[in-house]
Amino acid sequence: MDKQISIEEAVAQVKDGMTVMIGGFLACGSPHRIIDALVQKGVKDLTIIANDTGFIDKGIGKLVVNGQVKKVVATHIGTNKETGRLMNEGKMEVVLVPQGTLAEQIRAAGAGLGGVLTPIGIGTPVAEGKDQLVIDGKTYLLEKPVKADIALIAGTKVDVKGNVFYREATQNFNPLMATAADLVIVEAGEVVEAGGIDPHLVMTPGLFVDYIVKA
Amino acid sequence: MDAKEIIARRVAQEFKDGDAVNLGIGLPTMVPNFVEEGVELQLQSENGFMGIGPEPDEAHVDMDLVNAGGIPVTVVPGAAFFDSAASFGIIRGGHLDATVLGALQVDEEGNLANWMIPGKLVPGMGGAMDLVGGAKRVIVAMTHTAKGSPKILKKCTLPLTAAKKVSRIVTEMGVMDVTPQGLLLIEYNPEYTVEQIQAATEAKLTVSSQLKKMF
Repeated sequence: MDKQISIEEAVAQVKDGMTVMIGGFLACGSPHRIIDALVQKGVKDLTIIANDTGFIDKGIGKLVVNGQVKKVVATHIGTNKETGRLMNEGKMEVVLVPQGTLAEQIRAAGAGLGGVLTPIGIGTPVAEGKDQLVIDGKTYLLEKPVKADIALIAGTKVDVKGNVFYREATQNFNPLMATAADLVIVEAGEVVEAGGIDPHLVMTPGLFVDYIVKA
Repeated sequence: MDAKEIIARRVAQEFKDGDAVNLGIGLPTMVPNFVEEGVELQLQSENGFMGIGPEPDEAHVDMDLVNAGGIPVTVVPGAAFFDSAASFGIIRGGHLDATVLGALQVDEEGNLANWMIPGKLVPGMGGAMDLVGGAKRVIVAMTHTAKGSPKILKKCTLPLTAAKKVSRIVTEMGVMDVTPQGLLLIEYNPEYTVEQIQAATEAKLTVSSQLKKMF
């Protein structure tokens, strides 16, 4: 089975009001072609789950600047002033999450876990409204799993079965997000035949990936 | 020597050969320039690798390989790449010997605030809460005051990054340890008197019986 689809078919999967995970860290390892196509399509009222909101002219930030985002769940928004402005004006909801917590919440969703217990955030605003558990004398926050309707990820090399290899620092949230959405689309820097990636080097097994779009 | 270089030089003396360290953005990234010969640090980049090398020259910039500030870097021989869950497992799991980061405020209980100023600046915590919560030692490296206004307080007034986690504070004026009895001044910059250092500090400083010069 060949999972390749066109960019038009890929963005057609993303509908108004959906919750969308987007891979990348400050635009490194983000699916740039899909983001550009979403900007062009103008799909709106999205909830974006991502490490950060990139920059105003690069990465996830383009969707924010174009007014397509209703809510952001991220760890850092400081590199995109537009995110802060829209948040302060009450035009976009922003939920800030410690980076390691967001990673584990996504991993938990993908791994069928009911949440994670983390000591991070105790004594800070992050703990407000959350259950705390004491285990062996140490206090932990209960953080719930985070999943999405669609995950849009980027891989350096992808075979037609959807197996993904990520180069250098482009992994970041991509392999986690690939496990935690109803539909997963990977933007491939290079598409190769089955067997074109040494199975030892597969970082996201193809079973997690629904569709492949060439970058 | 300007204040930042004094601080970076002193922080560089904190490490032994092979220490795994995460350096925050800004001043802390200057530290490796000053570690003594024979001390090789394993520098972590929380976006997903161990073994940060020097910044590349223009011809070797590779946007798949950036640090947690989005700046292109290189990796040293023996480096390793991983995803965000593994990266924060390293951080939260206590596998880093130290983290060095700046602060807006730090107090005599070892509380740290460095991620937001309500109503003004809300960049998000990124990985800071995990780093401060998880590293074996938390070293705050910062200028002693903000344009004369104390940053080392009796009690932080800004939202905390983490509670009671700071081990040591290094400024251009001196070195202070957080102890159950409060802040202990263990070293001073001979350009200042102990009285001047106390006057620039809101928290009460106890002077160590082994007080010595920073350099």
